[in-house]
Amino acid sequence: MKKKLKKFLRGGAAALAALMLAHAALAKEAAPLAEDPAVEQRMVKITEELRCLVCQNESLAGSQADLAKDLREEVRGLIKAGKSDDEVREFLVSRYGDFVLYRPQVKPVTYLLWGGPFLLLIAGIVALVRYLRRRNRQLTETPLSEEERQRAEALLKDNRP
Amino acid sequence: MIPELGHFALLLSLFVALVMGILPLAGAQLCQHRWMALARPATTAAFLLIAFSFGCLTWAFYVSDFSVLYVASNSNTQLPTMYRLSAVWGGHEGSLLLWVLMLAGWSLAVAVFSRQLPEAMVARVLGVLGLVLAGLLAFVVFTSNPFDRILPPPAEGRSLNPLLQDPGLVYHPPMLYMGYVGFSVAFAFAIAALIAGQLDAAWARWSRPWTTAAWIFLTLGITLGSWWSYNELGWGGWWFWDPVENASFMPWLVGTALIHSLAVTEKRGSFKNWTVLLAIAAFSLSLLGTFLVRSGVLTSVHAFATDPRRGIFILILLAIVVGSSLMLFAARAPKVSLGGAFALVSRETFLLVNNVLLLVTCGAVLLGTLYPLIVDAFGLGKISVGPPYFNAVFVPIMLPVLALVAIGPVARWKHDDLKTILGRLWPAAIVAAAAGIALPWLAGGWNGAVGLGLALAGWIGAALVSQTADRLKKPGAPTASWWGMQLAHFGLAAFVVGVTLVSNYQEERDVRMEPGDTVMVGGYTFKFLGVREADGPNYRASVGSVELSRDGKTLGTLYPEKRDYGLGSMPMTEAAIDVGFTRDLYVSLGEPLTADRENGAWAVRVYFKPFVVWIWGGCLLMALGGLLAAADRRYRLRVKRTLPAPAGATA
Repeated sequence: MKKKLKKFLRGGAAALAALMLAHAALAKEAAPLAEDPAVEQRMVKITEELRCLVCQNESLAGSQADLAKDLREEVRGLIKAGKSDDEVREFLVSRYGDFVLYRPQVKPVTYLLWGGPFLLLIAGIVALVRYLRRRNRQLTETPLSEEERQRAEALLKDNRP
Repeated sequence: MIPELGHFALLLSLFVALVMGILPLAGAQLCQHRWMALARPATTAAFLLIAFSFGCLTWAFYVSDFSVLYVASNSNTQLPTMYRLSAVWGGHEGSLLLWVLMLAGWSLAVAVFSRQLPEAMVARVLGVLGLVLAGLLAFVVFTSNPFDRILPPPAEGRSLNPLLQDPGLVYHPPMLYMGYVGFSVAFAFAIAALIAGQLDAAWARWSRPWTTAAWIFLTLGITLGSWWSYNELGWGGWWFWDPVENASFMPWLVGTALIHSLAVTEKRGSFKNWTVLLAIAAFSLSLLGTFLVRSGVLTSVHAFATDPRRGIFILILLAIVVGSSLMLFAARAPKVSLGGAFALVSRETFLLVNNVLLLVTCGAVLLGTLYPLIVDAFGLGKISVGPPYFNAVFVPIMLPVLALVAIGPVARWKHDDLKTILGRLWPAAIVAAAAGIALPWLAGGWNGAVGLGLALAGWIGAALVSQTADRLKKPGAPTASWWGMQLAHFGLAAFVVGVTLVSNYQEERDVRMEPGDTVMVGGYTFKFLGVREADGPNYRASVGSVELSRDGKTLGTLYPEKRDYGLGSMPMTEAAIDVGFTRDLYVSLGEPLTADRENGAWAVRVYFKPFVVWIWGGCLLMALGGLLAAADRRYRLRVKRTLPAPAGATA
């Protein structure tokens, strides 16, 4: 069903393509959608790290929602008005709260968030070193266990076909 | 009538699962052979009943029986048959039914392929699986019954979310669930071994292929999900650090640590406690993932259901699973032997470091995923934790992991010294330096991130090649699992190449195109030929035609679509992609800019994505490597006579 449909669509589109070739002489370089590429670039850079408030989980840059379109336009306007990137972000935070930021600000509520991974890393390394030390001590204290292990392994080996 | 039969079978299966969970476990403790012998038939019965129930639900979808509430809310008669059938797991109730079907399927597989295992071990493993199955069945029966009727039945069902009407949805969730649920087998083996006090090399050998199998499915499931979002979300992203993605990525990270740790336990008898903990953690994270996705605590692309009762049920289930297994662990762990001694510089240590780093990564992802919920729960405000945070945290921890991938397999078990390891790795170091310095220059300018990424990929790849050459010089052919490891690590290197190149050298143009207009991106010319309107089975589409050419040579035509599924849903973007080994050309159709849709101007977004398929190709290689490892013949050798189970923990 789906395949047939695709084929049909492709057939139709190919016919259209042939028609369009007649217009080939009219070919010209497509204009960028943005009026000002520099503004656009800054706008995308800012909105990529902002959350679209009406979508499930999409950035303001990627969203197709009307609110996101309006906000992108607003950001363009702020950039043109000479605001810095930080000022644009601050404006949106003042209006929508921290929820709009995909990169949470570093402040008391987020200390644990930003510091957590490094604490985990340090804890992991400390635990690892302590484990290796304790393990070595236990193994030297009870040298028998190694022998037993070998005996057990030999037993296991005998049982292999 | 048929939905009632399905419901009845589901209720019966709950009783069977309870039998399967209680009697064999009790029998193994009390040496009641007849109770233990119940494990296999009970597993088969549970599977058949759940499969029957699942079949009934599928039938209700097939015939569009809208008197079933779940069918009415997830399907309609306009939906093509394929999506009507895959809509069975398009919502909460059905996906949980799929979950339990798969759990029963894994249990059945254990029952069938465990002929060589001791009777008590089989009884315990299936018993633990039975308890988990009973817990989840109770969840389905009491909070998420897919067979609830609605009276009077609506004439037409609600539509399936258009986002989910893609072949990706047909395969992605089943694969993912197979992986999630598969870790329950590793969990059951670990718990069974803890109960028996028999944590030994044999246990590691038995559970290893199962764990690898689950890991393969999870890898494929995540890869498919990423491929799906690349195709379906219209801006060519492949990973969003969405909480639901994280929910599947966390068990993957721990599962990866687990398969490495199991290797040590099987080969050297070490890290037993650690391996058990990882098995418990991997399965708990799978359950946590189910909780996050299914309870509706998250607001994300994938979460569609909200009902606090469900969240609390899973949370209690999770608490029981984690609590009881950790208690059991605490009681047994001190008696477990340490296994073989190893020096500070040895393969064991490198694997342990790899494990710690993978767990730290998982912890960081968990922290970032749960943090907004915790902050919100304490009334401290609403914050978002998105890709900028995860990238900032994930990448630095992963760099040493990648460096270790080359070192670990080169180091010897038990004892090695740094000098010899360096001696084996200097060719790789030269290749890495060359790749890191020369390639970015050739690609058009120095770039630190590209240099680092390519250096690491070159480091892994070159170390693999030199290690393989060394190994082939030695007598005896390497085992399938050795080749599997090489292949999976090679896949990781390919993945790193893909990620590095596409995230740094991607080109993107957002243009206004009238028929006949062209745009050059990445050396390719995209010529817009116009748009025509077409009707799909349950949507209207605007189909654009974009001709690709390079240096005057036509390469083909792409047909990006914009689909309108009606019913107030947002228009869907179907990107058209010309997939290539070294680059993808990606075109997505934006909005019409003039009133004349067919001959007017359109917003078109064009991407040049170098080496992007290497991302999924690398993941597929990893999965393939897993397949080779799991297929190693040593796991299929029959043990002629099994050792009598020693009382208490093995020394």
